[in-house]
Amino acid sequence: MIAEKNRMKRLGNQVFFTGPTVLVFTAVIIIPFLYGIYLTFFSWDGISSSMPFVGGSNYVEVIQDSKFWASVWLTIKYVLATVILINGVAFLLAYLVTNGIKGENFFRAAYFTPNLIGGLVLGFIWQFMFNNLFTAIGDKTGLDLFSKTWLGDENLAFWALVIVTVWQYAGYMMVIFIAGLMSLPKDVMEAAKIDGANGWKRLSRMVLPLMVPSFIVTIFLSLQRGFMVYDVNYGLTGGGPFGSTVMASMFVYDKAFIRFDYGAGQAQAFVLFLLAALITITQVYLGKRMEVEA
Amino acid sequence: MINARSLMKILVYAILVVSLIAFITPFLLIIINAFKTNAQIIESPLSWPTSFNFDNFFVSMKEMSYFHCFTNSLLITFGSVLLIGVFAAMTAHYFVRNKTKTNNLLFFAMVASMIIPFQAIMIPLVSLYGAKLGWIQTVPKSTLIFMYLGFGSPLAVFIYHGFIKSIPLELEEAAFMDGCNRRQTFFRIILPILMPTTVTIGILNVLWIWNDFLLPLLVLQNAGRESYTLPLAIQVFKGTYTTDNEKFLPAVLLVILPILIIYLFAQRFIIQGVTQGSVK
Repeated sequence: MIAEKNRMKRLGNQVFFTGPTVLVFTAVIIIPFLYGIYLTFFSWDGISSSMPFVGGSNYVEVIQDSKFWASVWLTIKYVLATVILINGVAFLLAYLVTNGIKGENFFRAAYFTPNLIGGLVLGFIWQFMFNNLFTAIGDKTGLDLFSKTWLGDENLAFWALVIVTVWQYAGYMMVIFIAGLMSLPKDVMEAAKIDGANGWKRLSRMVLPLMVPSFIVTIFLSLQRGFMVYDVNYGLTGGGPFGSTVMASMFVYDKAFIRFDYGAGQAQAFVLFLLAALITITQVYLGKRMEVEA
Repeated sequence: MINARSLMKILVYAILVVSLIAFITPFLLIIINAFKTNAQIIESPLSWPTSFNFDNFFVSMKEMSYFHCFTNSLLITFGSVLLIGVFAAMTAHYFVRNKTKTNNLLFFAMVASMIIPFQAIMIPLVSLYGAKLGWIQTVPKSTLIFMYLGFGSPLAVFIYHGFIKSIPLELEEAAFMDGCNRRQTFFRIILPILMPTTVTIGILNVLWIWNDFLLPLLVLQNAGRESYTLPLAIQVFKGTYTTDNEKFLPAVLLVILPILIIYLFAQRFIIQGVTQGSVK
């Protein structure tokens, strides 16, 4: 081991190599995280110098705030729909573009494209699609579904959000699935084929169980992003119509930065974080137990 | 006779092509409508433009201060990515080679912190750097880079850590024998070896920072339009109830074009980078 004999020299290197990262990491993540917990016990508008201690009343407010819980329930519905659809679509696409078909790379690259662009702009692009294109199709074909913009209807606006999210992330998760599919043991798959297992059997009995590690990653990512969705929400529906699609992140943002209630806003953010962390950790734990070896 | 095999193949192609249309159409529609006037967009959003009029592009550029904002995005993205890369590599290297209790604890804290979503700390972050320290008011862009370094480091340290573990220690000992000290060994021997990992980390961070919206919104929104990044600038064209599409669509195109052009040339690297970054 290259250990410095001189204590001062060792300290110097420690500071030189790890100092900048540790300092900034502490200043940007650790301190705000702790300060955030502290904030939840105070009432503050973000500007004034007086910041009275209010004990647990922010948390009481969070528990009683039915609008907050409505946004949390909506987010849970949204997470459920998007996680299932993203993973379903992504796995299907990954499976189809790893079978030695012509133009595989082209298809992969095309499906991945939305991930190069931020959620805000994607939301804007799809807003244009829903408001201009789909209504034009509705006019031409007389289809009832497209007669009015989806974004003006409380129920359809939710599904518009789900569709755009699936469109946004399916290509990303596909890439992860492709990596998993490529590393499946070829000899085992070959053996199954020779033993007479048909395509469906190979998929359900061998490929899917062996792909559990990939699913752990993709479900984790889609859960985490779903719970914290903001950009697409803001770009596509802006929370409308009539506040019907305000997801939890947007609710928290508005609480703090538009209604200037920092203490209660942070208490909500903290509750949301705990909820999301609990669910993602459970998911990873359950997923690990389902892993098998070839 | 059409056998089951070729039927299957046709079905696969059908699914792939339908998906392709679904994935590409939104972009194509933005492109063809960016050259139309508002009246034409409402009249026939699906038709090919009758003429290619670039006037609106120049109007949009001017109204959103495109060059200022483009430069801001560029500086902030590459400034942050450079700092994240160098500092995270140094830290990860030290963590791998000096497994003291402190270092293990710091590494664990960084990995654990990755579960904290940005929204959980944005309110205290803005309170501290805005109301308390005043950095957001005085040096908004540098503050933003500082924050990106903080948020980007944990993942970068984690990825570097995984890779550095596989570099044989003998290599460093040899350099040490030849008279290199700690720092020289790192910068002359280790950092060049880390290049592929650096590319991965660079790609992940460029995609994130270039497109990020919420953090720049919180830090830059009161700093004036000239300080905006591209995702903030594009909002100029969004009214509360209406959108001025003939200016807005060219603006969207101007914002997404740089990254799409890079993608055309570097798509293999980008997809590879994203895969390696997320599977670890």
